[in-house]
Amino acid sequence: MEKTISEKIISEHVGKEMKAGDIAVVDVDMVMSHDGTGPLAVSQAKRIGLGGVKNPEKSIFFIDHAAPSPKKELSNAHMILREFAAQTGAEIKDAGEGICHQILVESYSCPGDIVIGADSHTCTSGALGAFSTGMGSTDIAVGYMLAKTWLMVPQTIKVNFNKKINKGVFAKDLVIYLIGKITSDGATYRALEFGGEVGTRLGIDDRFTISNMAVEAGAKTGIFPSDEITENYLESQGRKDCFREISADKGAKYEKVMDIDCSVIEPMVSQPHTVDNALPVSSLEKVMINQVFIGTCTNGRFSDLKIASDILKDKKVASGVRLIVVPASKNTYLEALEKGVIKTFIDSGAVVQSPGCGPCVGVHQGVLGDGEVCLSTQNRNFKGRMGNPNSFIYLASPATAAWSAVKGYIADPREVLG
Amino acid sequence: MSGKDKKPGILVGKSFKFGDDISTDLIIPGRYFHLRSNIPELAKHVLEDADSSFAGKVKPGDFVVGGKNFGLGSSREHAPMVIKIAGAGAVLAKSFARIFFRNSINIGLPVLICDTDKIESGDILEIDLKEGVINNITGNLKLEFNPLPEVMIKILNDGGLISHIVKNKGFNL
Repeated sequence: MEKTISEKIISEHVGKEMKAGDIAVVDVDMVMSHDGTGPLAVSQAKRIGLGGVKNPEKSIFFIDHAAPSPKKELSNAHMILREFAAQTGAEIKDAGEGICHQILVESYSCPGDIVIGADSHTCTSGALGAFSTGMGSTDIAVGYMLAKTWLMVPQTIKVNFNKKINKGVFAKDLVIYLIGKITSDGATYRALEFGGEVGTRLGIDDRFTISNMAVEAGAKTGIFPSDEITENYLESQGRKDCFREISADKGAKYEKVMDIDCSVIEPMVSQPHTVDNALPVSSLEKVMINQVFIGTCTNGRFSDLKIASDILKDKKVASGVRLIVVPASKNTYLEALEKGVIKTFIDSGAVVQSPGCGPCVGVHQGVLGDGEVCLSTQNRNFKGRMGNPNSFIYLASPATAAWSAVKGYIADPREVLG
Repeated sequence: MSGKDKKPGILVGKSFKFGDDISTDLIIPGRYFHLRSNIPELAKHVLEDADSSFAGKVKPGDFVVGGKNFGLGSSREHAPMVIKIAGAGAVLAKSFARIFFRNSINIGLPVLICDTDKIESGDILEIDLKEGVINNITGNLKLEFNPLPEVMIKILNDGGLISHIVKNKGFNL
């Protein structure tokens, strides 16, 4: 049988032919949770009590969502994770290491793996050719204790990014445009598999951005075939050994094929309060902004920070606008420091904060005031997401975010990049 | 009418209607992140940003009724959990986001897919989980809901995923 990437990976793990719609109990290669979902996973894991975490070196807890802790209750939650990790030998990545999804791609996930995580954006590792998906704390508790999970082999929607990308347009614009087309539930239960002449040439950071947002269309995962670009990335992380080529078979059965003409895509925004409320920046009325946030598992990597800092070089953030920058991981932060990117941000008037999820989760480091408007490079803009239901979040690329910070309103980066 | 089950597998309660795309941020916002280790306290804020009066009005056995794509967004299992702790007997919607649906089954909260356009806020519903029928007593009409996948019925019948694993010393799906 000719297989999609999802069918191929799941079949390998089960040891027999599996096709879309089949139910499988599979061994998992990586299990993770974080300080938002981990404490509940720990209490559920203790109820199972089968004698400890099955594969401690493949079981990780991340302290990234509210780190360092802004409240005593969260400090106590962090203690639960540290204590459980110490007792069971599971790995822990504490405050300042960075965002779970970024550390997974830097140091853990491999092509062909099955990765499960108690966070919806676990689909990010799909960019490396892994079958990587988000679940809740109870599923992850079972994953820790058994190193297994159950899943339904998904139908796959093939998304071909075709033709060419225009100047000033980035992976974030492609994925916002795509989600506008699919809508917020158009891919529920499906895997997205990316290709096309543009898709297969996208750099690894662009792939992370696109896979990260697959869940915003309801998808279970968003997978790129692994190739030379994947291999080069893994080598740069000292992990060349875990590279293997994985792609769909010719003749694999897709539920649907979407051909996206990238040449018609402009810089995009998602307007409040849903990600699929997508529109080109050029069609917006003048939207004044109070805060700009550049960071997150979607767009907090070095290449994202570099694009933004190139735009901000020798410029100042507009009066009345706060620019917050949060590198996705410690490695990202160090590279940005070494290459002068952090200095450019600070010189422009930005606040640079320690690696982690930053203000995206609405806990700390940039909670919005009543009626305020934020332009963010994060992946979702639901009402209340950034800590205040009476505020408004627009989503865009780092380039659009940086140029808008200079202008004081949502502005088209082609004005400066064109 | 709302309150206890009449007999096993039969739920009776009042409907609280919500719209399409009720996100997990609307169900339990990130600003209460610090209460996640104190579920009863967290549950006082259930659906607060969608309807601030809901938590004060919902009675044990009542139903949360949504439109399409209920529970989209984050994987936080606290979302179905606070709905359950607040007393809701089930969530009804035209469709659910994948992770919310799976989380609900794992913690033993019935999630039913049906045509919720036929239910108004305040309608009294009688739901027969075994027969797959919703009797809208106020609206005087009957609705069917899609049966759950077999694996999920096994998990629900065992009392949720953890009980299933403990009972079977592993998966037995």
